[in-house]
Amino acid sequence: MKVIVCIKQVPDTTNVRINPETNTLVREGVQSIINPFDVYAIEEAVRLREKHGGTVTVITMGPPQAVEALREAISLGADDACLVSDRAFAGADTLATAYALACAVKKLGGADIILMGRQAIDGDTGQVGPGVAENLGISHVTDIRKIEEIVDGRIVVERLMEEGYARLAARLPVVLTVVKEINIPRLPSLKGKMAAKKAEIPVLKAADIGADTERLGLNGSPTQVMKIFTPPKPSGGKRFTGEPAETVGALLAELAAAGITIRKK
Amino acid sequence: MNYFLTEDQKMIKDLAAQIAREKLLPIRAELDETGEFPWDVVQTLAKSDLFRVFVPTEYDGLGGGMFEMCLVVEELSKVCSGIALSYAASGLGTIPIILFGSDEQKKKYLPRLAAGEILAAFGLTEAGAGSDAASIKTTAKPDGDSYVLNGTKQWITNGGEASIYTVVALTDPARGVRGSSTILVEKDHPGFTFGKKENKMGIRASATRELVFQDCRVPKSNLLAKEGMGFLVAMKTLDQSRPGVASQALGIAQGALDYAIAYSRERKQFGKPISSFQGVQFMMADMATQVEAARALCYAAARSIDAGEKDVSRLSAMAKVFASDTAMKVTTDAVQICGGYGYMKEYPVEKMMRDAKITQIYEGTNQIQREVIALGLIKESVRGPARGSIPAKA
Repeated sequence: MKVIVCIKQVPDTTNVRINPETNTLVREGVQSIINPFDVYAIEEAVRLREKHGGTVTVITMGPPQAVEALREAISLGADDACLVSDRAFAGADTLATAYALACAVKKLGGADIILMGRQAIDGDTGQVGPGVAENLGISHVTDIRKIEEIVDGRIVVERLMEEGYARLAARLPVVLTVVKEINIPRLPSLKGKMAAKKAEIPVLKAADIGADTERLGLNGSPTQVMKIFTPPKPSGGKRFTGEPAETVGALLAELAAAGITIRKK
Repeated sequence: MNYFLTEDQKMIKDLAAQIAREKLLPIRAELDETGEFPWDVVQTLAKSDLFRVFVPTEYDGLGGGMFEMCLVVEELSKVCSGIALSYAASGLGTIPIILFGSDEQKKKYLPRLAAGEILAAFGLTEAGAGSDAASIKTTAKPDGDSYVLNGTKQWITNGGEASIYTVVALTDPARGVRGSSTILVEKDHPGFTFGKKENKMGIRASATRELVFQDCRVPKSNLLAKEGMGFLVAMKTLDQSRPGVASQALGIAQGALDYAIAYSRERKQFGKPISSFQGVQFMMADMATQVEAARALCYAAARSIDAGEKDVSRLSAMAKVFASDTAMKVTTDAVQICGGYGYMKEYPVEKMMRDAKITQIYEGTNQIQREVIALGLIKESVRGPARGSIPAKA
């Protein structure tokens, strides 16, 4: 079983500010971490290897310092890692990112399963997973909370829904994005940390992955961020306090007074 | 302070600190209440390779020594010394195998201990043999290719939880302490049972039980070193392990100090944080000074042992005495700084104060340690004055 995990290095969003002039995140002085959802993807990949054998390779597209996220991934149990990094990738939206990652996966000889977190906590789009699958022409299932079984090239998974879950089957190779319900990630081990320190992490440039430069970075990104801003906190409103029976009654009376009636089923 | 840790040592320290923060902190109050053994944490420590740090590389260890073990114990003890003790006591049980085991014995036990699959324990103390460890009564009578053990060991940490026990017993009772030997007893050797779990003042997450031997038959191949060397093995083991207790005490003290400082900045009286009052400041300054001095002594002792210094008894005794007395004083002062809140179980410093007390007692009371230190000084003086010193009668 060959598993590739696509991760993203993100700012630790517990303390992020936006530069009001450039409408971009202020990255200076903010610690970078592995996108938390991706940590669950790494853990699941390592568990797949422990159960089925094979290898776990972690890749990320990002600036040179993203190599730190890859080293951390190795300390968490990945066998090896690869950094996809080139000036040409700069400014990529989800379309260009998915294309570049798919090219990198192809360059690495493909995989049986490609895992990633359901979304990155900085962009929050959740589009890159399905995008990679489309570029590779393979299936994808998002929001996986459990991998039930893998038998004869067929995988059965549970997809988290708003209420309950869907049980789905897919043919390998497949792209899966995972939710945090899927596992409890392990802590790093000393052996893993030592391996991570020593690991040689190759860098793949745009030319190495055979990508069409027109589809990379800003050139290949139809999405443009017009403005990023902190929405104002909603003000006004009215708060009803007291016992639920009373407050619900008061709310209904208030709505009725405003000409809004609630239809009863 | 820069203690010039290597990259690997920093890694060990950081990982132990991460485990303490993420795995020990959420459960320490509950385990202090219930006294439940922290098997989940032990498994986490095992998977993170922390049981490997002081085991030689040829037996699946990472080849470090007492210093690496001390770093782990210190970090874990900052948060919960009770849980940390399960780790440290396994180390105490493992040390005699590392020091005196045959290659065969090492191959049999060390890889599993290094992987954290099993825990070890050390059994010396008996009801009538505490500080006077030489007066043990447990016997191990040679019989064919076995020893037959009879007797009871008391207050054994990890008792009932560990799989392998280094037990000191008399193979030749007529010769007294010179007839003592160290024997590796496995949990499932027939005739080996455990007494009830003790209800302790502190370190309540650790398991303390009696080891009861009733015609317990152990193969002779489980003899550590030679017959008659039991007491020597025990003393050499304790010389090595004392910095472990010292680092446990050090961790407790640092944890209490950190908490007291944070509390003093939040707690307001007379319209100001109590950290602004000189009375509190002087207490914290003394606490921090004592903790740093304890750390320097503890690290020096551990590093001397790892460097293969011959006579480490005195230095390791000094580290144990100083760090444990510091832990008792600093935790008491931390409770004082936190006042009424500090006395309440909702706050962690009262637990730290209860936990600190044992470090002045076990692995040799501080009174016995002072005798070790003094006897070392006197012996050295008898051998002749150190070079450059001024004779007393000059």
